Amino acid sequence: MPLVSLTGLSVAFDGAPALRGIDLSVAKGEAVGLVGESGCGKSVTWLAALGLLPPKARITGSVMLEGQELIGAPASILEKVRGGRIAMIFQDPASSLNPVHRIGKQITEALALHRKMVGQAARSEAKRLLDLVGIPDATRRLDAYPHELSGGQNQRVMIAIALAGQPELLVADEPTTALDVTIQAQILELLKDLRRHMGMTLVLISHDLGVVADSCERVAVMYAGRIVEEAPISRLFSAAAHPYTQGLLGALPPMDGPRRRLAAIPGGVPEPWAMPPGCAFAPRCAHRVAACDAGVPGLIPLAASHRVACLQVAQMPIPRESVPA
Amino acid sequence: MKPGGALLEAEGLVRRYAMRRGIMGRAVEVRAVDGVSLKLERGRTLGLVGESGCGKSTTGRLVLGMETPDAGRVSFEGATMPQPGSAAWRKLRARMQMVFQDPLGALDRRLPIATQVAEPLDIHNIGAVSERAARVEALLRAVGLRPDQGALYPHELSGGQRQRAVLARALATDPALLVCDEPISALDVSIQAQVMNLLLDLQEQFGTSMLFVSHDLRAVRQVSHRVAVMYLGRIVEEGEPDAVLHDPAHPYTRALVSAIPHPGRMGQRMVLQGDPPNPADRPSGCAFHPRCPVANSLCAREAPVLKPRADGRLIACHVAHGEVAAGHGFTGQEAA
Repeated sequence: MPLVSLTGLSVAFDGAPALRGIDLSVAKGEAVGLVGESGCGKSVTWLAALGLLPPKARITGSVMLEGQELIGAPASILEKVRGGRIAMIFQDPASSLNPVHRIGKQITEALALHRKMVGQAARSEAKRLLDLVGIPDATRRLDAYPHELSGGQNQRVMIAIALAGQPELLVADEPTTALDVTIQAQILELLKDLRRHMGMTLVLISHDLGVVADSCERVAVMYAGRIVEEAPISRLFSAAAHPYTQGLLGALPPMDGPRRRLAAIPGGVPEPWAMPPGCAFAPRCAHRVAACDAGVPGLIPLAASHRVACLQVAQMPIPRESVPA
Repeated sequence: MKPGGALLEAEGLVRRYAMRRGIMGRAVEVRAVDGVSLKLERGRTLGLVGESGCGKSTTGRLVLGMETPDAGRVSFEGATMPQPGSAAWRKLRARMQMVFQDPLGALDRRLPIATQVAEPLDIHNIGAVSERAARVEALLRAVGLRPDQGALYPHELSGGQRQRAVLARALATDPALLVCDEPISALDVSIQAQVMNLLLDLQEQFGTSMLFVSHDLRAVRQVSHRVAVMYLGRIVEEGEPDAVLHDPAHPYTRALVSAIPHPGRMGQRMVLQGDPPNPADRPSGCAFHPRCPVANSLCAREAPVLKPRADGRLIACHVAHGEVAAGHGFTGQEAA
């Protein structure tokens, strides 16, 4: 049984759809990447699953956590899940941390909430967590305020707080986007180490295929509120089947080989209140035929654990075998 | 215009700021740019790469005269840059334009796009008033916008279209130099590709020289003819983009290159210890030595000079130049 499975998860704000039926399951110990451009719904998916969206969001579908339905679950259940079984970290650590409380207090708060730890026990556990996430001089850092730490260190603190509840699943939403490249590398290595040592399940949300390729085994590509392709990471880079995924790969400047013109996808993402009738990508797609506008294509299996939502996939040459470096 | 010949030369640029820590704190001197020299040829692009706080944006502002250097000089088209703020400088500014990261912040939300694109023509009094509408149309077409989109306000355009509008405005005065400060970082991946393609097209069409400031080595390779890597206010390596990317010589460049996430990575990534240093508390000797895996005792004492290797690559590193054997670094020691 998967750890989490989403079925037909849909979200609408004021009648405008943000998510339009997400089916995704995450197995225990797995690292799954969720890739897409701004507004594609990759963050909303997990905010909806954890009941973190404002009341005006209309949520339908199902999110099962080992047999427990989370959509519409009472607050008492959700509060145990949030931070306890599923923890989430966000892009900007500085705005996730409370600027007027010391680091140590913010970690022990999570320990008291999820593990009923208080006093000296909580403080020494907080120190252990800071050591674990690689903050030097942890004892002294417990008394520091967030502004005294760098962006990378604050993100480590956020990860320590997330780990305080001993979650089975960590959802990292663009955890390195606000950080410099060398610091991004440090945080990605840290997430890998934590997975190795704790067997934690990871969902990594990112706009950067490179970041996901580096840390995940499987990836789901999202476009306009739906998953358009799902594949093991190596397969996605060697045999991307959806025109949008191919477009994303073509838009990435290569690291070697001759400098070619980038294959930019024309146009922009559709607005939620003006969704195309059929495939949402059709207006930007070079392979569009009349049938694409007739209905929203579902995910069809292409190979082992490779699914794609495109009517034209049978007609398309599966591109390049080589992995772009 | 054929490429070749220096359009812009900067020598020994220094920019210091005074920073106060706390209300009662003493003012500390921060050297944002600490002796940067660069040369940009006509019709070419120089990529300036580095992490936040390395001084790459300040360098971009210095070469335009938007900030006055505390030392060093800038020459443009062979002549020394006039005093910033002077009439001669203002006249020269039509020949060099800036493109910023956030197009929404760079545009006036209360004016339609076409009015904003026409503004530089009015300011610099370029062309007859009757011809300006046609010029604006041509500019919008050149950046891939439709002339009728000129009637729209910034909020009615997408992020990529806004950056096109900013480029159209920057190109209005037919500048010889564009300084692009992170022009694609705020855009989605597929839109980044559109803007990079556009920059290359515009360069081909108008022969514009570009200073492309970015933290993204991939993007820099895509658009630049040369790349300079900055660390804490200094250029630490400079050369052809492919050469620098495939065979980085400075340990910092090596770390930057190895930090680029990409599939099919061979071997272990080189992860730097510690954070980028505080410019207000600049390490002695080579500023990179506290994070450098091969630093030796000389590196902590003496700052290396940027000078050419046998193959012409400019590097500022004692170890890369063979002046000292590779050490084991100071990471994990008190030096950090």
